[in-house]
Amino acid sequence: MAILEVSGLKVYFHTRNGVIKAVDDVSFSVDSGETLAIVGESGSGKSVTCYSLLDLLPKPPAKIEGGTALFAGKDLLTCSSDEMRHHRCNDIAVIFQDPMTSLNPFLTIGEQLIEPLIYHPDKNQIQTRGEAKKKAVALLDEVGIIDSQARFDCYPHEFSGGMRQRVMIAMALITEPKLLICDEPTTALDVTIQAQILKLIKKLQETRNVAVIFISHDLGVVAGIADKVLVMCDGTIRETGGTDDIFYRTQNDYTRKLLAAIPEGPKTLPNRAKSDEPLIEVTHLKTYFRNQLNSNNSEENRFVKAVDNVSLEIARGEILGLVGESGSGKSTLGRSILQLAPTTGGSVKFSGQTLTGLNAKQLVPWRRKMQMIFQDPYASLNPRMTVFETLSEPLLYHGIATKKNIARHVRQLMDDVGLSQAQLRKYPHEFSGGQRQRIAIGRAIATKPELIIADEPVSALDVTIQAQILDLILELVERHNLTMMFISHDLSVVRYISDRVMIMNRGVIIEHGDTETLWASPKQRYTKELLAAIPLADPAAERKRIASI
Amino acid sequence: MYRFAISRLLQAIPVLLMVITVTFFLVHSAPGGPFSADKAVPPEVIKALEEQYNLNQPVWQQYLSYLGDVIQGDFGPSFKYPGRTVNELITAGLPITAELAFYAMLVALGVGITAGVGASMRPNTMQDYLPMTGAMIGICMPSFLLGPLLVLIFGIHLDWLPVSGWGDIPGDKILPSITLGTGYAAYIARLSRGGMLEVLSQDYIRTARAKGLSERLIIVKHALRGGLIPVVAFLGPAFAGLLAGSFVVETIFQIPGLGRFYVQAAFNRDYTLILGMTIFLSTLIILFNLLSDMLAIWLNPKLRQEIRGTN
Repeated sequence: MAILEVSGLKVYFHTRNGVIKAVDDVSFSVDSGETLAIVGESGSGKSVTCYSLLDLLPKPPAKIEGGTALFAGKDLLTCSSDEMRHHRCNDIAVIFQDPMTSLNPFLTIGEQLIEPLIYHPDKNQIQTRGEAKKKAVALLDEVGIIDSQARFDCYPHEFSGGMRQRVMIAMALITEPKLLICDEPTTALDVTIQAQILKLIKKLQETRNVAVIFISHDLGVVAGIADKVLVMCDGTIRETGGTDDIFYRTQNDYTRKLLAAIPEGPKTLPNRAKSDEPLIEVTHLKTYFRNQLNSNNSEENRFVKAVDNVSLEIARGEILGLVGESGSGKSTLGRSILQLAPTTGGSVKFSGQTLTGLNAKQLVPWRRKMQMIFQDPYASLNPRMTVFETLSEPLLYHGIATKKNIARHVRQLMDDVGLSQAQLRKYPHEFSGGQRQRIAIGRAIATKPELIIADEPVSALDVTIQAQILDLILELVERHNLTMMFISHDLSVVRYISDRVMIMNRGVIIEHGDTETLWASPKQRYTKELLAAIPLADPAAERKRIASI
Repeated sequence: MYRFAISRLLQAIPVLLMVITVTFFLVHSAPGGPFSADKAVPPEVIKALEEQYNLNQPVWQQYLSYLGDVIQGDFGPSFKYPGRTVNELITAGLPITAELAFYAMLVALGVGITAGVGASMRPNTMQDYLPMTGAMIGICMPSFLLGPLLVLIFGIHLDWLPVSGWGDIPGDKILPSITLGTGYAAYIARLSRGGMLEVLSQDYIRTARAKGLSERLIIVKHALRGGLIPVVAFLGPAFAGLLAGSFVVETIFQIPGLGRFYVQAAFNRDYTLILGMTIFLSTLIILFNLLSDMLAIWLNPKLRQEIRGTN
């Protein structure tokens, strides 16, 4: 018998703007030792489904409108709050998406680990601090925290993202649950860390025979670890079945669309570097930041070398991909080239003119020739300006348009980025993430720049939207003859879009070359690790890949 | 932490100097002088008095000699309380005002945090609306209205509590403390509600719930520390405000504290007393702000380590 049997689950959100059917008639089951993956884009209801099982949704506005969720024969949806606490403490545990925000910053990780044991609702299951600590330290060892005894008393901010997620996993396992819900456990992590965490979850599942529900938007991640897959969209199930069936014998159109949207394989367009003349020349560029955290201010440690002696050229018309994990300095390099971050040394030349050393006023004429697209379209647009105002501001500021003909220019931009002109008077919050990124791109190309630096422009987007935005970027680069530096942590995306690639790690460019050459024969160990860590949306290949790590 | 405290104290020196200078010249430029109201006094007496208190010298010279005295901790003699120094007057009034402020703070924290945290636990229900409406009224209600109102109800109609005095009859400290504390309680209620709502919406609260902790433990252990940081940051200015703002309450309830000296000094053009009180209160405000900042840092492990790191 399945350990969890959900049938006909309905969760509606009662908001001021009406009822949103977040989860509508969803049924599934999981067995012990089995992994069920729930796949969907943002807003598909995959997280809401799982949170409703543990009563973790804010009510109101959420309301469970129907269905049952039988855990070992007992309905989770109708149990009392005391029974629910028992389930949370004994039976079901959750690993949340963002390890940066899911741990309490005010308490040591040790304290947070042992809480479920020392405050157990069942009096005769309460353990002493000493016992609980012993167990927690052993578990920290098991999930790969080095020097766990000493780390027990550290605060979350003293851990890196990957380490925090390991702590979260230990925290979920400490009560020895029978069902583990993993809500996008690797989405906030770097690709090499993701590979390690996935492997860890898989290993722990095998040794403990727990049932796992694995929520993800990434079909590549799911391919290697799931036994069954549930594809959700708009609160309903689109397709469900064994992993191989879903990937190799796809039935549903939406699943097909999801699979097709995964950027895979080499770039299809021809290499664009038409001229040898460099548009950007960067020589020995250094950007250092004062080290705030380090206590021993030795000469060596006083600065964080975000960009350390980087030299590169970007030819006119080229798309250069810059790849690195978080903290590699890739964003700082992009900002330093645009003179948006104060540089410490070296020089940046833009079509022969040295930009380093110019003051803000002298930079103005150059600013219109180089623009930036930012990662988060939710944060990078001014929420109090309409699209029209956002798009017309750079045009008016740089004198490209006048008050009289501005409307025509802005309408043209809306056409360029594929937005309807009827939406000109709307504010950013009225748009979806993909539409907002289109606005951000429109703002960047408004001044007819020669260079665009795109900093993770698709990382915050769903995979189907990501594919559309990538195609839009390629199309605009072609049409406006742009030169582009495309910064990303996602190697597949970079491969899909770039002519040439640079790999950055700890402030230094460690390897560069033509995209396909580099993919075929990476020279540096770090590059090899990066490439090996990319999840593949092919169950057989992905299982093999995970096993080989 | 020491280095942080010391650097903040060093920064306080120019601030205090500014306070002294501005107050000194403002006071001296106000029309009238300490002895001009007493019409019956013959001019030679006034002249003698002015000589005695150095008021016949040019203002800048008075300023410099006053500054010299203040640096040595001497606020000079009071002009209006003959034979008593400003230091003596402050020492006499301070314990009473400090006690009043302390009780008022207890009222403010107790009522404010209870109401705010309670409201945050069930937002947009009666448990939220009722205390928040109360808080709104508390903020709007000036103490010169609230004080007499309380006296009318509890002192006269119900005859439960004494209507004035301080430490003479048992229970006479209750009404002034409540009068002074109410506004702050209201403000703290709103601050703690806001802080708690912010924290309760954090991911780590969801994590705590998912672990099966009781709702009480989640509030007390996981939410309070972060949720009350705005309140802690407000404590410094609040304490200073209580000390400096107590004069209304002290007047209503006939309490011989600092506040009454302050007001009388201003009416009487008692230069040294005004200046002395201003400098003393400014120093307290700076100190309390520093203390509450240090407390806020100490509560946040990350900040605590950063500060330690810079030492």
